[in-house]
Amino acid sequence: MSQFRWPGGAGAVMPAAALGDLLALLWREGFQPVGPTVQDGYLGLDVLHTPADLPQGWTTEADAGWFRLQRSDRAAFFGFNLGQESWKKFLFPPRLPVVTAARQDGLISFAAPARPPTAYALIGVRACELAALAVLDRTLRQGAFRDPDYEARRQAALVVAVNCTESDAACFCASLGTGPAVRGGYDLALTELTGADGHFFLIQAGSAQGERLMAALPVQPVREEQWQQAQAGIAAAARRQTRSLATADLPGLLYERPEHPHWEEVAARCLSCGSCALVCPTCFCFCLEDETDLENKTATRWRLWDVCHNLDHSYIHGGWLRPSRKARYRQWLTHKLAAWLDQFGCLGCTGCGRCLVWCPVAIDLTAELPALRETAPKE
Amino acid sequence: MVPRPFRVVRYRRELPDTFTLTLEPLAGPAEFFFQPGQFNMLYQMGAGEVPSSISGAPGRPRELVHTIRAVGNVTGVLQRCRPGDVIGVRGPFGTPWPVAALAGRDLIILTGGLGLAPLRPVIYAILARRQDYGAVEIIYGARSPRDLLYRRELERWRGRFDLRVHVTVDSASPDWHGNVGVVTNLIPRTRIDTCHAAALICGPGVMMRFAVQELVKLGLQIQDIYVSLERNMQCALGLCGHCQLGPFFVCKDGPVFSYDRIGPWFEKREV
Repeated sequence: MSQFRWPGGAGAVMPAAALGDLLALLWREGFQPVGPTVQDGYLGLDVLHTPADLPQGWTTEADAGWFRLQRSDRAAFFGFNLGQESWKKFLFPPRLPVVTAARQDGLISFAAPARPPTAYALIGVRACELAALAVLDRTLRQGAFRDPDYEARRQAALVVAVNCTESDAACFCASLGTGPAVRGGYDLALTELTGADGHFFLIQAGSAQGERLMAALPVQPVREEQWQQAQAGIAAAARRQTRSLATADLPGLLYERPEHPHWEEVAARCLSCGSCALVCPTCFCFCLEDETDLENKTATRWRLWDVCHNLDHSYIHGGWLRPSRKARYRQWLTHKLAAWLDQFGCLGCTGCGRCLVWCPVAIDLTAELPALRETAPKE
Repeated sequence: MVPRPFRVVRYRRELPDTFTLTLEPLAGPAEFFFQPGQFNMLYQMGAGEVPSSISGAPGRPRELVHTIRAVGNVTGVLQRCRPGDVIGVRGPFGTPWPVAALAGRDLIILTGGLGLAPLRPVIYAILARRQDYGAVEIIYGARSPRDLLYRRELERWRGRFDLRVHVTVDSASPDWHGNVGVVTNLIPRTRIDTCHAAALICGPGVMMRFAVQELVKLGLQIQDIYVSLERNMQCALGLCGHCQLGPFFVCKDGPVFSYDRIGPWFEKREV
């Protein structure tokens, strides 16, 4: 029996029951583990106290405009791909107080609300979501303009990634090179193995902190067939993907065709509901809103997620710069797949497929982009 | 994101809907340094924040001056400010007009309506070092003689031998003896050397588009034409996403752009 080493680090295997040890260890170390949970028939991300909080025995089916959470005959903890919520829920919260103001004796004072960031342990981060964290890092954490709140939360966070051994019909990470195998950006990476010889996790450390945690877990050397099974599962997940996104001609393609007739065609279906942007793991637009007491003696300025599908997103005195639905969808897609490259040197899309799954009318960017490419533009 | 409290020291009514606030900081450094063309976010307790170009003199950092038109919720509340009131200020933000880089050149300063406010610091800066520049012409258009912003200053500038000032209005009664018509009509009247000239433009979008066309006809290069743009701005830090125009965030990459950079985006509809 030979002992295997994973590319890039020492690998090990732990029994599935050791997941409880990992969660307990993280709690003891002052982290708040968060990850997928099923509550009231909804797969979301929330606090994990024990492995019983994970969606064990659940699986999902996702396609454009289609999502089903259902029971599975496997005992896997991570036997699904993605739910609606992404990790930006924790690192870039939907609602955050950014300024407080107080009026006293004709004077006004301002303060930044003090908030020691919660040290989250993100449990079950998929490859496309690790890629999304890397996109958010480039967007909010690098360059001259940074978000200190994101920086603090990200700095404090610990990432436990999970390799995908299955793909939903909505997944297209393989075509963007962002998955399904995780490639760095994590503290620990897990691959779940279920089968006749038991229920295990392959576990690999991606940082010094990860190695330290791993040393405290009941791990054993990896057997060759376990390693092979994990690799085969990841490869099969990539093979099973039916959607893809070709990006070689971006950003030019979208910059050159703002009047392509297909934009009108999408606009006729789009409801401007903004679901695609809210479920997107990289969309970062926010608006600021004031909340005051009745006497206007104290006020709090809140940062709230905003989406470019909202008419008011482009409001300036006297009107809206993007009054048509066509212009707003075009802004969203052009930002994701073109402007983002110029702004941050990467695409704003990592192939998670959430935007097409949660679109109530099944608008699918993997179909819209080829339509913009293939039909001859009128201009 | 956290504003600094500033006290209103002077309120001046410019036009029925336009006013100028002079502000001084309540705490921190007494001087507020900025470059012409930059803007601040002005916060009115409980109402919210608005972007506003700084319209005072860069050489007088002890008074922060903003000329504001009351067009919405926040500006409406700001209009009710009087000396002694306190508001919040964040800034300065954005790219400036390239005032120093244009030394030695002839300049056309072309504005319409409230667009004169973000260009006034440029005029102050040029007049403070007048010998550094060639011919300077100011072209300004308003709706009517009653809507002329900074009217007394315009008259004073018009009295100088080292400036040419052209003013036009869209409509006027018989007691107006000046030009009538759109501001772009005055562009061919300039006497500048178009080979060495640069133009700084601020005004309504349509006016800026036509002004660029006229200036290019005169022989100006588009990289020598600068415009200042307006967009929805909420954070002014390049983070909130509202001010995007193609690949640009107007709050950090602008608001002042050279036209060769921004023209292709500025001319597209609903971008």
